[in-house]
Amino acid sequence: MADTPLNVSTWKEAVEFAPGVHWIGALDPTLRTFDIILRTANGTTYNSYLVRGSEGVAIIDTVKEGFEDEFFHRLESVARYDEIKVIVLNHLEPDHSGALPELMRRAPQARLYISTRATTMLKALLRPNREEPFEYTTVTTNDRVSLGDRHLRFLHTPFLHWPDTQCTYLEEQQVLFSGDVFGCHYCDSRLFNDRVGDFRFSFDYYYAHIMRPFKQWVMEALALIEPLKMKIVAPTHGPILRERPRRYVAHYRELSTSSLSRELGDTDKSLIIFYMSSYGNTARMAEAIYSGADTVEGVRVSLYDLEGGEIDPFVDLIEEADALLFGSPTINGDAVKPVWDLLSSLAVVNLKGKIGAAFGSYGWSGEAVRMVEDRMRGLKMRVPREGIRVKLIPTQEELDECTGFGREIANILVGKEVQRGVIEFSDLT
Amino acid sequence: MAKAKITFEDIHQTVNVPAGTRIIEISEKIGAGVIYGCREGDCGTCMMEVTEGWNNLTEPSVLEEKVLRENMAGRHNRLACQAQILGDCKVKPA
Repeated sequence: MADTPLNVSTWKEAVEFAPGVHWIGALDPTLRTFDIILRTANGTTYNSYLVRGSEGVAIIDTVKEGFEDEFFHRLESVARYDEIKVIVLNHLEPDHSGALPELMRRAPQARLYISTRATTMLKALLRPNREEPFEYTTVTTNDRVSLGDRHLRFLHTPFLHWPDTQCTYLEEQQVLFSGDVFGCHYCDSRLFNDRVGDFRFSFDYYYAHIMRPFKQWVMEALALIEPLKMKIVAPTHGPILRERPRRYVAHYRELSTSSLSRELGDTDKSLIIFYMSSYGNTARMAEAIYSGADTVEGVRVSLYDLEGGEIDPFVDLIEEADALLFGSPTINGDAVKPVWDLLSSLAVVNLKGKIGAAFGSYGWSGEAVRMVEDRMRGLKMRVPREGIRVKLIPTQEELDECTGFGREIANILVGKEVQRGVIEFSDLT
Repeated sequence: MAKAKITFEDIHQTVNVPAGTRIIEISEKIGAGVIYGCREGDCGTCMMEVTEGWNNLTEPSVLEEKVLRENMAGRHNRLACQAQILGDCKVKPA
């Protein structure tokens, strides 16, 4: 099969890549921006697969709306609709569920299999198109569906990159239909990783933007995937990985492993202070907070002036940090732009549960600190203490307060939170 | 007005609140580790574990039950954005 010239863009036929296993997807070579956030230099593919068993046919994932003709043409080249027994959606995002309504209409006898977390999404995604919701069966890890001499086994791999995501494993041929996992936005009609151009940058770029915020879920999924015997990994975007597929699985593990934890050891926590300062007042507060935090054992403290750095390396630091403190002056009733630029660049990392705090000097109203605190809460960080606001030049007393604040946040980070007794609800601001 | 004590075990902090207060109204203000997403009982982000006083919270609604099920909640898990305090209880992030 490796020697067969492929030109799927004109053939419009299915491509068999294991006995009875066909690619029936669609090519989108002119796409340059996917889903607002992702760029692609040569488009993408919407990979859909067909598996033929002795007692029926399974379709695994469909294509984006607008690409149905190509999908159905390829499907019809290898199967009749009345042969379809099973439809699996590994992920319900519209680029994979776009042809589902029409497929269900053409194959009404087929049963739809989705993950346990996909039900509400299915209803919400298809609501505009149908009066009656589809019937479906929810599945989880080790549930199986028989096609006679072939069996599909499901792996529950949520949050890669939606709550609903799962993988489907074809046991007899050792093919893993992995959904978006191990995928990339890369369009090459030669389809297979041993035939297409150099797509490594696309693979890493896709991971960095799609999977990176969900590293802990990647690790849980890898625990299910790595023990499998795998001849082929067939994702929903980009090349089908048939040449040494385990390299890509290993690469995911490498990308999902924290580098800083190896650097700091298992015990030290990382606390990072970022600040911007107009007249040096917020900078002096930052230095005082730094000096306080630095007295706490088990905390590695870093102090960075946002004026002197780029966003991307700071995002990398933030991903690995345990506590983040942001200092911003208030200018025209707002925190300053470099602070917002950084705080609006964090969608690619997981901040859940990290400790956050804010501080800053101000001239007359001082809104920045509260606004930054609200942003951190919105990013699912824990803000354990109200931040410090200082009017213009901090006094020595106020700098001492900053030192204490730094020490307190660092102590909270290492689990030495000072007890405050019983608080009355009415005293909470 | 009837009062109740809620303790956030992750930060060892107790708050005296009027009965009927939602946990979401308290936890962020005192810096507890329960975190929130949609804040309206749909996403499951604020799932917490009730370690004491399970019966001192309002009963979960049908919607909350469904969200808890979908998020594979344990027996004593609740959503902090939905549960209201009726009597003394202790909670921590799930």
